[in-house]
Amino acid sequence: MHHVVLERWSRQSSPMHRGDPRVKVLNLLVFLVVLSTAHRDLVQIAVALGGLLCCAIVWSRLPLMGALGRAAVVLPFSLAFAGVCWIAGDPTRGVHLAVKSYLSALAVLLVVSTTPLPALLRGLESMGAPRFLLMVAQFLYRYLFVISEEAQHMAKAAQSRGATAAGMMGRSARFRAAAGALAVLFARSYGRAAEIHRAMLARGFQGHLETLAALHFRKADLALAIAGMLGPVALRFAVERFC
Amino acid sequence: MQPLIEVRNLRYRYEDGTVALKGVDFRLDPGESVALFGANGSGKTTFVMHLNGLLGAEGGDGRATVSVCGMPVEKRNLAAIRRKIGMVFQDSESQLFMPTVLEDVAFGPLNLGLDPAAAVERARTALARTGMAEAAARAPYHLSAGEKRRVAIAGILAMDPEILVLDEPTTFLDPPARRSLAELLHNLPQAKILVTHDISFARSICTRAVFFLNGAVAATGSIGDVVEQFGWGFTPEKNAPGR
Repeated sequence: MHHVVLERWSRQSSPMHRGDPRVKVLNLLVFLVVLSTAHRDLVQIAVALGGLLCCAIVWSRLPLMGALGRAAVVLPFSLAFAGVCWIAGDPTRGVHLAVKSYLSALAVLLVVSTTPLPALLRGLESMGAPRFLLMVAQFLYRYLFVISEEAQHMAKAAQSRGATAAGMMGRSARFRAAAGALAVLFARSYGRAAEIHRAMLARGFQGHLETLAALHFRKADLALAIAGMLGPVALRFAVERFC
Repeated sequence: MQPLIEVRNLRYRYEDGTVALKGVDFRLDPGESVALFGANGSGKTTFVMHLNGLLGAEGGDGRATVSVCGMPVEKRNLAAIRRKIGMVFQDSESQLFMPTVLEDVAFGPLNLGLDPAAAVERARTALARTGMAEAAARAPYHLSAGEKRRVAIAGILAMDPEILVLDEPTTFLDPPARRSLAELLHNLPQAKILVTHDISFARSICTRAVFFLNGAVAATGSIGDVVEQFGWGFTPEKNAPGR
C-alpha cells in the first residue's frame, strides 16, 4: 500500500488545517502576486517571504525540513532556465527565476499540505473554477496511485524475468521493450477509465458530480485571510521602504 | 407473476467483430438468486452489462429484448432502471472513485436527487449494514480488497435497488473475507445475479444456475445439476496429482 506524505500531512490538525480552503487559496494568490511582481531588493524580499512561509509551516505543525526539501522538486527545472539566463549574460534574472519558483512551490506545498484534496476542490469550485477541470483533477489524483501501482507491478514482473535498469542502457532492444511496457500501461489506464465511467453510469451519474458538505466561513477564517493577505504585502512594503 | 428481469434473444457483437452473445434468453423472478457460470469469455459479463444499459443490444427484430421491472432497457428508461439494478463490478478499484468512503457511498443517492443530509444518512446506514461504518472517513485506496468489496456493495445498497448484480465478487478475497461476504449477501433481501466461477460461494447464496457457453445459455437448473452436467465440480480425491 502506498503511503502518500502530502495526503497524510493534509489530514493532520492545526489552526491552518481548519482554515477555510477558499481563504487559503486567496492567500496563496496574494502571496504569488507579491512575489512575482517583486524586482527591486528581491533577495531581501525573498528572505522575508521565505521566513513568513517557514513560520506558517511550523504553525501548521508540518516538518519544516521535510517541506523545504519537497519544495525543491521544482529546482531542476527552474535551475535549467536560470542557467540559460546566466549563459545569455543575465545572471540576476536567473537568480530571480530560481528564487521565485522555489518560494512559489513552497507556498503551494503549504496550502496542499494543510487542505485535504476534497476540501481544496470544493473551495476552488465555490470560487468559480471550472467543474469539469476539478473533476479531472479529482480523478487524476485518485487513480494516480492505481496507475502507479500497475506500473510497479509491471516493473516487478520485468525484474523477475531478469530486467535491470543498468541493462536498459544502450540496448535498443530493451529500450523497445520499455516503450512497449509504457504502451501497455497506457492501454491499461485507458481500460480503467472506461471501467470507471461504466461504474459511474451504473450509479446514476448524469454528467454532474454532486458534493456532500458545504463550506463554512468562520471568524478565525477572517483573521487568517487578513493575516495571510496583509503579511506578504506589509513585508514587501517594509523591505522596499526601509532596506 | 411479473419477472424482475426478462431477456429474449439478446445478441451482441463488439466493435472488433467478436460475437459475445448469440440469442440469450433469461428470466429472474422476485426474491430469486441466480448464479451465472461459464468459462472466461463465454459472455457472462457482457450479458449483465446489458441489464442496466451499459451496453446496447442488437435485438433480432429491432424491438427491446431486455426488460427490467416491466421497463424495456431503452435510453428513456435508463435512469429508472439504474435505480432498480445495483451492479457491483469485478474490480472494486474502478467502483470506488471518490476521495473518501463516505463520499463514494453517497455518490449514488446524490445522483438519485437526495439532498446531502439524506444522502449521508443513507450512506452511513449502508456502511453499517456492510460492517464498514468505521471506514467512512478513510480514503478508498487505504482499504484491503475485502473492505473495498464491502464498500462497493454499500455504495449499491445506498441506492436501495431491487436487484443486485455481482460480477466475480470473490476475486482477490481471502477465505475469511469470502465467508463474511457470503453471509452478508445471504442476508440481503434483494434478488441477486451472481457472475462467478466459485461454485461453493454460489451454493451459499443462489438456488439456480445458468451456464453460458460461447455466448449462449447452454443449461439452466439447480446448481448441482448444472455443475454436474458440465463437469465443473471439484473433488480433491478425483483431482489430486498422480491420480
